[in-house]
Amino acid sequence: MLKFLNSSIGKKFLMSLSGLFLLTFLLVHLILNSFILFDSSGALFNQAAHFMATNPIIKVVEPVLAIGFILHIFYAIILTLHNLTTRPVGYDKQKLGHSSSWSSRNMFILGLVVLTFLVIHVANFFWKIKFTGDELLEHGVVDGVENAYLLVTTFFIDWWWIVITYVIGSIALGLHLFHSVWSAFQTLGFSNQLWRRRLTLIALVVSIVIAGGFALIPLWVKISSML
Amino acid sequence: MPAGPIAEKWTKYKAEQDLVNPANKRKLDIIVVGTGLGGAAAAASLGELGFKVKNFCYSDSPRRAHSIAAQGGINAAKNYQNDGDSIYRLFYDTVKGGDYRAREGNVYRLAEVSNDIIDQCVTQGVPFARDYGGYLDNRSFGGALVSRTFYARGQTGQQLLLGAYGALNRQIAAGNVTMHVRTEMMDLVVVDGKARGIITRDLITGELNSHFGHAVVLATGGYGNVFFLSTNAMGSNGSASYKAYKKGAMFANPSFVQIHPTCIPVHGDAQSKLTLMSESLRNDGRIWVPKEKEDADKIRKGELSPLDLPEEKRDYYLERRYPAFGNLVPRDVASRAAKERCDAGYGVGSGQAVYLDFADAIGRLGKAAIEARYGNLFQMYEKIVDTNPYELPMMIYPAIHYTMGGTWVDYELQTTIPGLFSIGEANFSDHGANRLGASALMQGLADGYFVLPYTIQRYLADQIGVARMNTDEVPEFNTVKKDTKTLIDKLFAVKGKRSVDSIHKELGHIMWNHVGMGRTAEGLKEGIEMIKKLRKEFWEDVRIPGKENSINPELEKACRLADFLELGELMAQDALHRNESCGGHFREEYKTPEGEALRDDKNFMYVAAWEFQGTENPAKLHKESLSYEAIEVKTRNYK
Amino acid sequence: MDLTLKVWRQENAKAKGKFEKYQIKNISPDSSFLEMIDALNEQLIQDDKDPVAKEPVAFDHDCREGICGMCSLYINGRAHGPDEEITTCQLHMRKFKDGDTIVIEPWRANGFPVIKDLMVDRQAFDKILQSGGFISANTGNAPDANAIPIGKDKAEEAMDAASCIGCGACVATCKNSSAMLFVASKVSQLALLPQGKHESVKRAHAMIAKMDELGFGHCTNTGACEVECPKGISLDHIARLNREFLAANLMP
Repeated sequence: MLKFLNSSIGKKFLMSLSGLFLLTFLLVHLILNSFILFDSSGALFNQAAHFMATNPIIKVVEPVLAIGFILHIFYAIILTLHNLTTRPVGYDKQKLGHSSSWSSRNMFILGLVVLTFLVIHVANFFWKIKFTGDELLEHGVVDGVENAYLLVTTFFIDWWWIVITYVIGSIALGLHLFHSVWSAFQTLGFSNQLWRRRLTLIALVVSIVIAGGFALIPLWVKISSML
Repeated sequence: MPAGPIAEKWTKYKAEQDLVNPANKRKLDIIVVGTGLGGAAAAASLGELGFKVKNFCYSDSPRRAHSIAAQGGINAAKNYQNDGDSIYRLFYDTVKGGDYRAREGNVYRLAEVSNDIIDQCVTQGVPFARDYGGYLDNRSFGGALVSRTFYARGQTGQQLLLGAYGALNRQIAAGNVTMHVRTEMMDLVVVDGKARGIITRDLITGELNSHFGHAVVLATGGYGNVFFLSTNAMGSNGSASYKAYKKGAMFANPSFVQIHPTCIPVHGDAQSKLTLMSESLRNDGRIWVPKEKEDADKIRKGELSPLDLPEEKRDYYLERRYPAFGNLVPRDVASRAAKERCDAGYGVGSGQAVYLDFADAIGRLGKAAIEARYGNLFQMYEKIVDTNPYELPMMIYPAIHYTMGGTWVDYELQTTIPGLFSIGEANFSDHGANRLGASALMQGLADGYFVLPYTIQRYLADQIGVARMNTDEVPEFNTVKKDTKTLIDKLFAVKGKRSVDSIHKELGHIMWNHVGMGRTAEGLKEGIEMIKKLRKEFWEDVRIPGKENSINPELEKACRLADFLELGELMAQDALHRNESCGGHFREEYKTPEGEALRDDKNFMYVAAWEFQGTENPAKLHKESLSYEAIEVKTRNYK
Repeated sequence: MDLTLKVWRQENAKAKGKFEKYQIKNISPDSSFLEMIDALNEQLIQDDKDPVAKEPVAFDHDCREGICGMCSLYINGRAHGPDEEITTCQLHMRKFKDGDTIVIEPWRANGFPVIKDLMVDRQAFDKILQSGGFISANTGNAPDANAIPIGKDKAEEAMDAASCIGCGACVATCKNSSAMLFVASKVSQLALLPQGKHESVKRAHAMIAKMDELGFGHCTNTGACEVECPKGISLDHIARLNREFLAANLMP
């Protein structure tokens, strides 16, 4: 097994699996976040956030998620570092635009952007909710359900640059996902002419929904506050 | 040649011949030069048997050998189509196709092992074309009335070679075969009358090395590049066979050259090689030229499109002249007919081209069916010529393709130097004066897989007492190595003005005009003088840039051209002596009133084997008379 | 056509190379790209102003009909130049315009070191195939060719994979210099055929291990190899290779 995990396909296998796992997390996350859009009182979102913070299953999944992130990032670094050594002398002129998509060639850069965003995002919300706490959370607590809604919306309403950061992060995530959905299945060996078309289409839909969804929330909050 | 009825000769030979025991096989070294179908198959099979094989090729990988370019297919007498094929019929067609100038026993053996080849290749994973039921499909080729050609799209040679290359790779990994790539054989070493090794040049470092072998096998292909323009690869050359000839191996029927009727016509002076369009295209394509000279003239000037020429103004000359075989007459016949029409002023394009038209077949079967059969060939044509063959008819013209002549070998494929064997296109044995389509692949693999591995053992059985030689201590190796060094120094020392290619092109023109499709005594004599003169010029005015001890393609080409400049003369000499027309050898003086080849069986039913007498002296002729017991000798008739 | 060529020149594997510029005139648009380089070399050899002949540009080529896989140039930023599904020898000058500057480089990859000018060493490919790219069947072992029927679709798909010519364009064009398409074409061909099934696990293991060992990069599924492959070999074969490999490891 160690030999397998050390082989090029073995490493990519872990990349794909962890990536697909992270994708499911993103979908769940997006569904919960979308509650912000549907209920401007924030009660629905707060309920959901509370559920996520207290449910035992989620508590178990949380470290698994962390491992998923770590694996994905760790192997991305390993694979990319190796790939940087495979062409010691580069080309003077190289055209790749017609033969591959920009996002497929820049997955690591996109990943870095997403990671940077992730750090900001965690520091902004998750860290506060989970560990440090914030006075906004204490505002109007009902039955022990903290006011995460207020924390989030206040942030977006007060800071334009936070909104812009979130939009950029979402776009990078979307581009990252656009290549990765089919790519992950390809690496797992699940692709042929038919499924490649289907998976590429699914990738398009998934990346638009996720990137659009995550970008829409801060924009919505900010813009509706101005109306 | 073993005695007995033809159908039993090979079985009898195998039953009675000497073998080498497994323990002794490990002690015997065999050098195989070349990695095409013959070479790769032989090296792999000998390795499997346990011999220690050293295999050489000039390119960067064994897979580059020019067998890879064969398109159409490989013949076998499987009779899967239930159309009346048999070993005898394949044998008969091959001897007849070769215009009764091939050795009967060898051809029968070839037909006999043809079926084993298909089995072997399928087992190796060669993806031959199949029917929906999963069984193998066949197509027809020229000179046969049955469908016996197995194929893998238009890439049959590639797939067969990759099969052999796989087998070879397996033996390389097992340590039985040592592969030397980018290594060219420069000369043969003969010790006490027996072939004992070769001198090679490392094409990267320029280093000359000696290699010992208990036997040496030449699988170095044909010498068609003597014409400069041919369908051969740029590096294909006749030097290994020619060096063996200079060391005493006789060269048989050098003038028997195959001119393939369906090649893409020459575009201009800068042309470096010709591209073949597979003979299989003649299954569905119809060949024609305009009936009237005025129309041909208008087409050449671009005033008339071939599409606008009505049916009754077209001359489907093959169907007209040869109603029985039609467009599927053998290659020599089809080539000559094309040349005849073009010389008479009916050619299209530059005047040196005829049409190969698929309009009928597309109308009958649909474009999709034609695309499935020949898609890659059509694409290849379009890339080169820049017209769409689905709409406009293809233009084709004959070109040099294959050499039936080669090193003389006996039934065991051994040359006149004991211990030196020659297989595949490099030898002369199986195709007589003309080779049928899809038979070259068959012969290369037959020799490599199923013939040589048996026959070489009779020779080697005697050699088990011979210890491996330390080449540094054997004077013969050192002498030949020194000769090679001298040759290279001499080439560099000329310091003339002309590039190798410019001289090679000139040689090609001489060969095409004087030793080409239509030969005359006068023309051949003139050609010989011109070659002699050009040879002199080469040695006085060639310019070789670069260094000896590094990669130097100009030096490589010069070494090969030096041999072509002598071999060309030998070909002309052979063509001049053969006062008859047979197969690919057509002498204008010897033809029927209808213009067909006129054989002279009384005086020329023999193999002409030439013995080297010095570069500036005419070679000495030896005759191996041919007798046909199992087959009645007839005038070839495809009407 | 008159052209400016910017060509990579390098004395040998150890030397440091550089680009040289050459002018060349009167090239026919019907010439092939390699015939154009022939003309350049002819010009270099016979340049009378130079008392000592200049060395012509060394490049790999042999069959010149797109099947041997020997030719290899990276032309104006693309493997085998600006045309689809061809090798360099099949590229014709009509794809360029009079007055163009053409940049000609060798394949660039760790696995393919330059040995002179535009020539590279591709023995790594041979080594990968030697590690398992075959069916182990000695000469003479074979049953009748029709004894094992193979469905037409399977045979055709195997043929698609088998059409690989081993030129290395996939590696050359891949941003990671990955050899996955090359390896996949062989593994997939043999995995599709019943004859090749028996050792498919061993084969996938051995070939991937060899590929990794020889310094090729990891496939990131950008798909550029498929587009530049002269034979249009599909990424589906890489999926099949992954499948074979995973099956070999996870369900041994």
